[in-house]
Amino acid sequence: MTDWIEVCALDEVPAGGARRLHAGGTVIALIRPDSERVYALEDRCPHKGGPLSEGLVAGDRVACPLHGQCVELATGAVIAPDEGRVRSFGLRVDAGRIWLRRADLAAAPQPAPACAHGA
Amino acid sequence: MKSQTRPRLVVVGNGMAGMRTVEELLKIAPQRYEITVFGAEPHPNYNRILLSPVLAGETRFEQIVLNERAWYDEHGIGLHTGRAVTAIRRGARIVEAAGGIEAPYDRLLLATGSVPALPTVPGVGLPGVLTYRDIADTQAMIDAAAPQRKAVVIGGGLLGLEAANGLRERGMDVSVVHLMPWLMERQLDQAAAALLQKSLEARGLRFLLQTQTLELVANAGGRVGAVRVKSAADPDAEPTRIEAELVVIAIGIRPHTALAERAGLHCQRGIVVTDTLQTVTDPRIYAVGECVNHRGTAYGLVAPLFEQARVCATHLAESGIGRFQGAVVTTRLKVTGVDVYSIGAFQGGSEADEITLADPTRGVYKKLVLDGDRLAGACLVGDTEHASWYGKLVKDKTPVGALRETLIFGENSIGDSGHAGANRAATLDDAAEVCGCNGVCKGAIVRTIRERKLLTLDDVRKHTKASGSCGSCTGLVEQILIATAGGNYAPTPQARPLCACTERTHAEVRQAIREHKLLTAADVRARLAWRTPAGCASCRPAINYYLISTWPGEARDEPLSRFVNERAHANIQKDGTFSVVPRIWGGVTSAAELRRIADVVDKYRIPEVKVTGGQRIDLLGVRKEDLPGVWRDLDMPSGHAYGKALRTVKTCVGSEWCRFGTQDSTRMGIELERALWKMWAPHKVKLAVSGCPRNCAESGIKDVGVIGVDSGWELHVAGNGGIKTEVAQFLVKVRTHEEVIEYASAFLQLYREEGHYLERTVHYVARVGLDHVKQRVVDDAAGRRALAQRLAYALSLEADPWHEPGKAAVDARQFIPLVVEA
Repeated sequence: MTDWIEVCALDEVPAGGARRLHAGGTVIALIRPDSERVYALEDRCPHKGGPLSEGLVAGDRVACPLHGQCVELATGAVIAPDEGRVRSFGLRVDAGRIWLRRADLAAAPQPAPACAHGA
Repeated sequence: MKSQTRPRLVVVGNGMAGMRTVEELLKIAPQRYEITVFGAEPHPNYNRILLSPVLAGETRFEQIVLNERAWYDEHGIGLHTGRAVTAIRRGARIVEAAGGIEAPYDRLLLATGSVPALPTVPGVGLPGVLTYRDIADTQAMIDAAAPQRKAVVIGGGLLGLEAANGLRERGMDVSVVHLMPWLMERQLDQAAAALLQKSLEARGLRFLLQTQTLELVANAGGRVGAVRVKSAADPDAEPTRIEAELVVIAIGIRPHTALAERAGLHCQRGIVVTDTLQTVTDPRIYAVGECVNHRGTAYGLVAPLFEQARVCATHLAESGIGRFQGAVVTTRLKVTGVDVYSIGAFQGGSEADEITLADPTRGVYKKLVLDGDRLAGACLVGDTEHASWYGKLVKDKTPVGALRETLIFGENSIGDSGHAGANRAATLDDAAEVCGCNGVCKGAIVRTIRERKLLTLDDVRKHTKASGSCGSCTGLVEQILIATAGGNYAPTPQARPLCACTERTHAEVRQAIREHKLLTAADVRARLAWRTPAGCASCRPAINYYLISTWPGEARDEPLSRFVNERAHANIQKDGTFSVVPRIWGGVTSAAELRRIADVVDKYRIPEVKVTGGQRIDLLGVRKEDLPGVWRDLDMPSGHAYGKALRTVKTCVGSEWCRFGTQDSTRMGIELERALWKMWAPHKVKLAVSGCPRNCAESGIKDVGVIGVDSGWELHVAGNGGIKTEVAQFLVKVRTHEEVIEYASAFLQLYREEGHYLERTVHYVARVGLDHVKQRVVDDAAGRRALAQRLAYALSLEADPWHEPGKAAVDARQFIPLVVEA
């Protein structure tokens, strides 16, 4: 299982909500729109860097808490008419645990947002 | 990738209404249909409204195309231009078009538009006689127009005047022949029309009113050479002859129903449709636009047609719960430099109450028609600056009794901030900032409207962000849109839906929650047939508020439906950190509290400490992980500075210390704050108490402002110090502290029960009227006490989220980030 990193139990992310995850230098928003689905996006809105993990989650999207830009959870695409894309990370759920794809994290040389202080 | 199994939608008519329907349909159900469009004209869809600026030489054809051919390809739409549909075989569900083309359909949309009405006089068919309807007509007029030559326009309505102006701009000598006693008689009253006529005469147009056309006379070459006319007012008048090398007939339009009639669809001055835009004859066939008769009206203006398009699209997408219920019609004349606007029942009548302002020297005429305390219609010439505002008042049925004195002068622009008092779009240069919130200048708005071919305020807002935040520049943005695109094509629906997930209004959602005792957001969405199972970022907080304010103690607060600030109980800042504002009752603190605050600042290395405008202390730059510790160590109640909730009660020093004070405003303020804190509301709520009419606590711009006078307290409500400074209105004068609390509680509970989510008290009171508030809070003593008791009950169940997180349903996990080694 070295291709995947174990993160936490699925239930540690509230259904209809999100949690912030520090993974090395990368800050990730784990977003769980309902009990079935969970996604991992970089915790940084392409507009002004707002933390998506603090956004309002509704259906297939999350609204950035700073200026309301909406991001599609499945693809990381910013919903029109706004533009941009948020990096997304491979994620799977196995036996009630969340796992992230190691390769996606390795290719993540992003500086941490100002407010995040490292793990 | 095309699927064989998709149903086929055939659209007859490639004009604005038909294509708008297709665009709306693609937005909500992009893959549902295999779409084929037939257009009789050889062009892609263009903006017919802008033909007049083309005729006047102000813009070019290429600039008014709405959907290029590439757009049809991109969306996989089969386009047949220059192919008029000749027959509909309803049994076989096939349309036949010119050139032998056949197209089978599962759903058919008729958008055949209208045809020019023609007078029954000899000579209508002569060469040189044109109508004014499409690109071909416009091009023919441009080709025929030559300086010094004579033109006659028959018809002094909107279209006739625009044609006449366009020909005049091209140097022609133009006379307008009009049968009625004044111009644009369906849109203007006589006084307004007289002013309009004067300003058009000043541009060189000539008018023959109350004049009947008898005959169009050919010249020696067989082309039209003159028009014979006769006064309609005087039966004994002799016919006269006007020379004309070009005649434009613009006496009106009639729905183009020939095809529908041949197909056996019920037509009566238009194809008769239901509120869902379905023909009454054949449920597979829909119709929109000028060809339609809806409840006896055939609309010829674009805003209601776009509304039809929107509703029709939802039904074609089979998600339809919308209905078209008719529209208030607005008219604008598109003659550059001549401002004319009318809306609603502007004609008035013997029963109606009218306010008029006439300044003939300036060329300004305004008439407002009132029905009780509502604005029923308006007619403006020469000064249409406030047209959008009047339009909104008519459509929203806003009570205007309190505004009556100043209504005629337009929306009061005093205190409008963020765009430097600029309020006339035409005079602004491109670099002028229009939207102060988002830093959008006029040039950027104009460019975006042109490039993206935007037609509605909503679209402009989406693409430019202008007027999308505080909204104070909405009127200005709308004017820029009108100047650039020829109109704001979207009508403000009379009752605006709560959000894009539903057709229901705020009031309807609220009513359903109360009547059916709905206790969860999921129940609300299910009962009201929400389009999205989980709602959106707009409706989730609204529904949550309606539930907990309607059923306190029974409906459960859902923190995940709240904006981050109300979930984290602190204010998110631009860098993702938070600010913390502890409650300082009435602004009175102590050495011990200040010492604790100082210690917290040191311990958590909080970068900035600021005194707020509400007499409190703001700790800025707190990391989310530190919030629980900061709250615990402060050991002060939550200030709710982050919520749609009671914020502060600002006080002046009052009679305890002040040599002018007549009342103990500090104690009054603290009592009010203790009675009302933890109160959630549709929007934030701020109070102030001043000890004398000098009003040092600024009670005049608060949601509830209390002012001490020698004999007691005055209560003022619905003030606002925000985007638009609004002075609070006097509600009542009372004697005791207990009465202040009872009246203030009752007013705020009424607002909690009736206000729309995100509506400040100033807008709530403007919507329902101060008289309504007085009746419920001042006149009805038993009702007042009941309101105050309902608020007290709701507040008795609330907990301080900083110190009772369990009871306040604060999810503690949010303060602990997850960590993995990567």
